[in-house]
Amino acid sequence: MNLGRLFRSPEAVAGFAILGLLAAMALAAPLLFPGDPLAIAGQPLLRPFQDWALPLGTDRLGRDVLAGLFHGARTSLAVGLAAAAASILVGSIVGTVAGFAGGLVDEVLMRITDAFQTVPGFLLSLALVSVVGPSLAVVVVAIALSAWTGPARIARAEVLSIRERDFVASARVIGMNPVEIAFREVLPNALPPVLALSSVIVAAAILTEAALSFLGLGDPNRVTWGGMIAEGRAVLRSAPYLSVIPGIALVLAVLGVYLAGEGVVESSAAREGQA
Amino acid sequence: MTRLLSLHELGVRYRGAAAPALEDVDLDLAAGERLAIIGESGSGKSTLARAVAGLLPQTATLQGTIAWPGLDRQARNGGDIGFVFQDPASSLDPVMSVGDQVTEVAHANLGLNWRAARRLAVELLDRVQLPEPAVLAHSYPHQLSGGQKQRVAIAAAIAARPRLLIADEATSALDTIVQAEIVALIRELVTEDGMALIFVSHDIALAANLADRIAVFRHGRMVEMAMTAELVSRPKTNYSRALLAAHLGLDAHAEARK
Amino acid sequence: MSALLQVDGLSKRYRRGDRDFAALDGVSFDITTGETLALVGPSGSGKSTIARILLRLVEPDAGQVRFDGEDLLGLRGEALRAVRPKLQMVFQDPLAAFNPRATVARLIDDPLRIHGLAGRAQRPQAIAALLARVGLSPELAGRRVHEISGGQRQRVAIARAIAARPRLIVLDEAVAALDVLVRGDILRLLRELQAEEGIAYLFISHDLGAVRAIAHRIAIMDAGRLVEQGAAAAVIAAPASVTGRALVAATPELPVIKETAS
Repeated sequence: MNLGRLFRSPEAVAGFAILGLLAAMALAAPLLFPGDPLAIAGQPLLRPFQDWALPLGTDRLGRDVLAGLFHGARTSLAVGLAAAAASILVGSIVGTVAGFAGGLVDEVLMRITDAFQTVPGFLLSLALVSVVGPSLAVVVVAIALSAWTGPARIARAEVLSIRERDFVASARVIGMNPVEIAFREVLPNALPPVLALSSVIVAAAILTEAALSFLGLGDPNRVTWGGMIAEGRAVLRSAPYLSVIPGIALVLAVLGVYLAGEGVVESSAAREGQA
Repeated sequence: MTRLLSLHELGVRYRGAAAPALEDVDLDLAAGERLAIIGESGSGKSTLARAVAGLLPQTATLQGTIAWPGLDRQARNGGDIGFVFQDPASSLDPVMSVGDQVTEVAHANLGLNWRAARRLAVELLDRVQLPEPAVLAHSYPHQLSGGQKQRVAIAAAIAARPRLLIADEATSALDTIVQAEIVALIRELVTEDGMALIFVSHDIALAANLADRIAVFRHGRMVEMAMTAELVSRPKTNYSRALLAAHLGLDAHAEARK
Repeated sequence: MSALLQVDGLSKRYRRGDRDFAALDGVSFDITTGETLALVGPSGSGKSTIARILLRLVEPDAGQVRFDGEDLLGLRGEALRAVRPKLQMVFQDPLAAFNPRATVARLIDDPLRIHGLAGRAQRPQAIAALLARVGLSPELAGRRVHEISGGQRQRVAIARAIAARPRLIVLDEAVAALDVLVRGDILRLLRELQAEEGIAYLFISHDLGAVRAIAHRIAIMDAGRLVEQGAAAAVIAAPASVTGRALVAATPELPVIKETAS
């Protein structure tokens, strides 16, 4: 992927700028706001821009909103990226094995994929978290558990078409063993459409985590944007900023991920076309 | 002989390309004349064909002039110019019957109503020596062989009785036997209808058996142009000589072992 | 001396829609060590099907193939992989025949590594030597496949094929997509390699001119059947079969211009 070409696309620039900002927030959180963001920092329900020590005000219990925003960025990004990585990894492997092996293996794997796909993703996540208990790791697993089916199907479709191409025949003629052909020749070429899906998965993961936190099923020891929105629900009329501010952060995060993904897809497509 | 087409200092540059695809081309074509454009890949021969037919992408920049002294207006594609592409599978519409595709050209360019255009289309399919043309007209491109598809493409190209037929590597995707049949067909049609022909190819022997005149291109420039007999027996440039020598004929054993 | 490759009664039927047709119908031929047999015929005559059967990419419905004394069609798994180095293929479209992400070095490294022909330390040298062998500069090793020219790509394909020291290479329309000036060079390279290494070739082509330049013997196919076989020069000079005559007649020749004294 040519970085030069990547940054010629306005979507990529905007997307990566937003993501860069969020990453900076996530990394800077412990430095700018040391101490527990769930600790009480000042008087409750302080409006934003009143006190420059607490620029975005405080919530019902007097916790610093800005600190919550920064720390929440850590959670959202961490969960989003981890869940996407896990689901793409699992999905790519399953899809490649199914597409390459064919026959009974393909049938079995695809029926399993169907099973996971028919269960609504959010309900699956809810069920898992309710049973095992809320923690960041469980949330990541829960999201990945329903998100892996998309990459699996796409990887399989790509593999089915790539399998017939001459360079795969050439690899067989050279005497490469099938496992190596599947993972060294076929999978890397099947990845681009799967990776194109990754931005959607990251965005969905961030939103799912927020939703779980909103319902009180997120990790209770961490500040999350979803949790902040939930906290603000009770005082939505009198102090809307408590829900709106983390809500805007969520929208920006998802937007950033989408735009960055678009930019990457466009720039790789441009490169292939030049070959 | 009246001049049909006149190219003067013609140049073409594609967007984002380092070098021009075509540079400083001066060429005249008489009515009814058969000209072959020979070159390797990157020589600019296809670019020339497309420039004449007005088929270059909008982002390409043109220099010089393309004039049609034989017509009193700019040439119209379909009407004055027929174009046959290399790959019939992609130049024919896969979801339209072949009969309809030829009918379309006649209907659009000759001012005939659909029924009359359809009758003409069947006659044309017969003229390009397709078997049972009335029945075949209902077929779709994927049901035909490569040679048959190319015959349909030729029928569509000549439907409006153009003054000029351009064949851009029209036989390169076909095997030897079918290639010879299509070349013979083109020769026959061009002679019968008095069309001028621009035949683009990388195969100098194939072209030499069809064209009156040959123009050799390399890296976007015309290297040599001469009447066929002259070029084949007394080539003036090293490049033309190399192309002629590289041809593998059926007595090639002795040549190639040099 | 028994032949290197003996093909006997190869047949393959394909279903298309509700019709059954024979892609191959009882094809038999031999190739001896170090010779080039050309397989010619119109498209659809079954030439490529034979190539894919020999390379075990496709299974025939009937027939036997003996290669270097073994029953080629009966081999599976490890036994098949063991014979692979001896029987290689060069495809028509060098761009489609290579992994789009591969570098030249990796393409040639693959057979060396898979068949243990060079230790890790020796491989860069072995790759450079193979590149030089096919007339390419060793600097090309780091380039990607789409960055080099068509002729260079085909040379890389040949280097990859000879890396495992094969006894037979199947060349499926291997020069058809090349520029005319390059075609002659590649054919010359193939003949040199044959003279030096004693590699046999099955040269599949519809271009009789290229065939004439490289083949010792020629087998003509039509609609899945082998209709004529013999020494290349003899068959081309006087083809006995209808297909043979049609092919010879269709091959374009430069017009012979009779010089008249002026």
